[in-house]
Amino acid sequence: MTVPVPSAPLSPASPTGPAVAIRNLSVTFGGRVRAVDGVDLVLERGQAVALIGESGSGKSVTLRAIMRLNPENKTKIEGTITVAGQDVMSMSKKELTRLRGRAVAMIFQEPLLALDPVYTVGRQITEAIRRHEGLGEGEARARALELFERVRIPSPQRRLDAYPHEMSGGMRQRAMIALALACRPKVLLADEPTTALDATVQIQILLLLRELQAELGLSTIFVTHDLGAAVEVADRIAVMYAGRIVEAGTARQVVLSPNHPYTIGLLSSRADGALVKGSRLETIPGSPPDLANRKPGCPFAPRCFLAVDKCHREVPPALEVAPGHAVACWRSDDAAAAFRERLAAPAAA
Amino acid sequence: MTTVADIRDRGGPAQPLLTVDGLIKHFPIKKGLGGKKAVVRAVDGVDFEILKGETLGIVGESGCGKSTTAKLIMGLIAHDSGNLLFDGETIGSRALPMRQFRAQTQMVFQDSYSSLNPRMTVEASIAFGPQVHGIPTRQAIERARSLLARVGLEPTRFAARYPHELSGGQRQRVNIARALALEPRLVVLDEAVSALDKSVEAQVLNLLLDLKQDFNLTYLFISHDLNVVRFICDRVAVMYLGQVVEIGPADTVLASPSHPYTAALLSSMPSLDPDNRTQVAPLAGDPPNPIDPPSGCRFHPRCTLAEPVCSAKVPPLDTVVDLHRVACLARQPGSGHSAANALVAA
Repeated sequence: MTVPVPSAPLSPASPTGPAVAIRNLSVTFGGRVRAVDGVDLVLERGQAVALIGESGSGKSVTLRAIMRLNPENKTKIEGTITVAGQDVMSMSKKELTRLRGRAVAMIFQEPLLALDPVYTVGRQITEAIRRHEGLGEGEARARALELFERVRIPSPQRRLDAYPHEMSGGMRQRAMIALALACRPKVLLADEPTTALDATVQIQILLLLRELQAELGLSTIFVTHDLGAAVEVADRIAVMYAGRIVEAGTARQVVLSPNHPYTIGLLSSRADGALVKGSRLETIPGSPPDLANRKPGCPFAPRCFLAVDKCHREVPPALEVAPGHAVACWRSDDAAAAFRERLAAPAAA
Repeated sequence: MTTVADIRDRGGPAQPLLTVDGLIKHFPIKKGLGGKKAVVRAVDGVDFEILKGETLGIVGESGCGKSTTAKLIMGLIAHDSGNLLFDGETIGSRALPMRQFRAQTQMVFQDSYSSLNPRMTVEASIAFGPQVHGIPTRQAIERARSLLARVGLEPTRFAARYPHELSGGQRQRVNIARALALEPRLVVLDEAVSALDKSVEAQVLNLLLDLKQDFNLTYLFISHDLNVVRFICDRVAVMYLGQVVEIGPADTVLASPSHPYTAALLSSMPSLDPDNRTQVAPLAGDPPNPIDPPSGCRFHPRCTLAEPVCSAKVPPLDTVVDLHRVACLARQPGSGHSAANALVAA
């Protein structure tokens, strides 16, 4: 749908069309481990999409592929990725440098590892602004201060001169968000940004991200393993399993009327509300497949409560079950019916 | 292979299995360039009891002292003051030497990988404890294999494996098997399921429930996940900056919390309802530093109910109803807090 224009400048390109479009993305490590296996994902402008899945599902690898952050010599990436119409796959090193931080910015799970310990936080932000936009020290510092106020760091003037280790966990995460926003990116990629935080701090950061996304018109991809965090920030949710997106739709569609047995399993294995004391939790039996040894058929079939012969032979394509709601399952109707039944059963009330 | 628990039982079912009384642990640190002495008040006057056969949960955010409490109970670090009684006997006393206590109390840690010796097969790891405590090697290995089977790992497939050959969930099952190898009465689970993926976490929680029944165990379950605590715990203690601020039946505490901090923790949980997302964060800022905790009630700088009296007076842990106790001046008639006066009027 887009023509690659590798050498065109980044900012004015294609004012319409999706912010990020990923087509048939596969990522293979060391020639054996196929961590991502045919992912299609479209992020519309101003939208927040959550990629959820368990460890090894390929959600972070997908996110990193958008900025081509996976180690070049060990990774084989296939498929197409465009950011604002620009083909990321064909970019030179120089073009990638311009893309990273300026058009697309990323925040990570552990700010203490992502920030440089030997420079003050303010210095790291002004450096990014000066490098990308050629501003002078004073102007860059003024923008950094503005950013600190925006992410609501208390006494921002003083905090600009703090080193990462002098800040608390929540404040460091705010500083990293400020750093990510330093060059006014259009796309924000967040890799488990609240996982390492305490509960009372996590909700503050989730609300901050939601607010910034709306105010700045950011397009956001938010990787998380926590359905609750996804619901708090995302318009759409894509559920990943074994390197594939198995279900994608609006947050309402995925959480309230899931059509994939894996999504249903995730929802019903949560240890909340639903339980009678002393009852057992619903579990998904078994464990995720070995990605170096993929078997034919649906990767979830060995753990699925609905699997039939066909599931073990053929990979189900992603089909729309409702407008904007796609599911890759041969038995999605039966799965949806099973979920409605569980909801109706008194134990799951 | 159970259960000699009845023989080891001293005080009968009514006597708490573990009594923690006035437990204090301060870690000295050097502050600043001048090397001025300061202390981290990690655990600062904690009292609670664990009844026989129950699961007591401890919840709280990082730095609240929940893991330090666990380590103090296990004797992994020495406490500054306070008493620890196991089934009525002081731990480390002549009546209950440390070695005897350790055989009856085991711990499972959060990081399943770093808590196993990478150079020992899982079978050898599980059999190690019993061997140290004088069980012949062959018998210890036999026990290890039956425990592996009990935690859902086929011994013929898994006994000879090394930790790196297992998934996170499988490793945590090994750690649980190892904890059970000495037939303990109390198992301390310190964030034991926190690092696991949700679907695996559910499997391990079910396993813990089954084992508790089969082996007649008592659990101390430390976690930051209120959903998990609600599921597995009979009673729960909420800690804030080294102190217990609320303790009581899990159903009561987590359904109608009495302490404003417990309430804030509960409403900080992300909503699972897309039509009803959280609008305002219940608390601003991070938990304060345990080096220099606030005066009076330690929660008062972040509390919506705070009044001048809260920074002046330390709230005692007082009974609300029955076993439910809370340390909040707003809940204590006669404390001088205006909300408490209203309680008396009502």
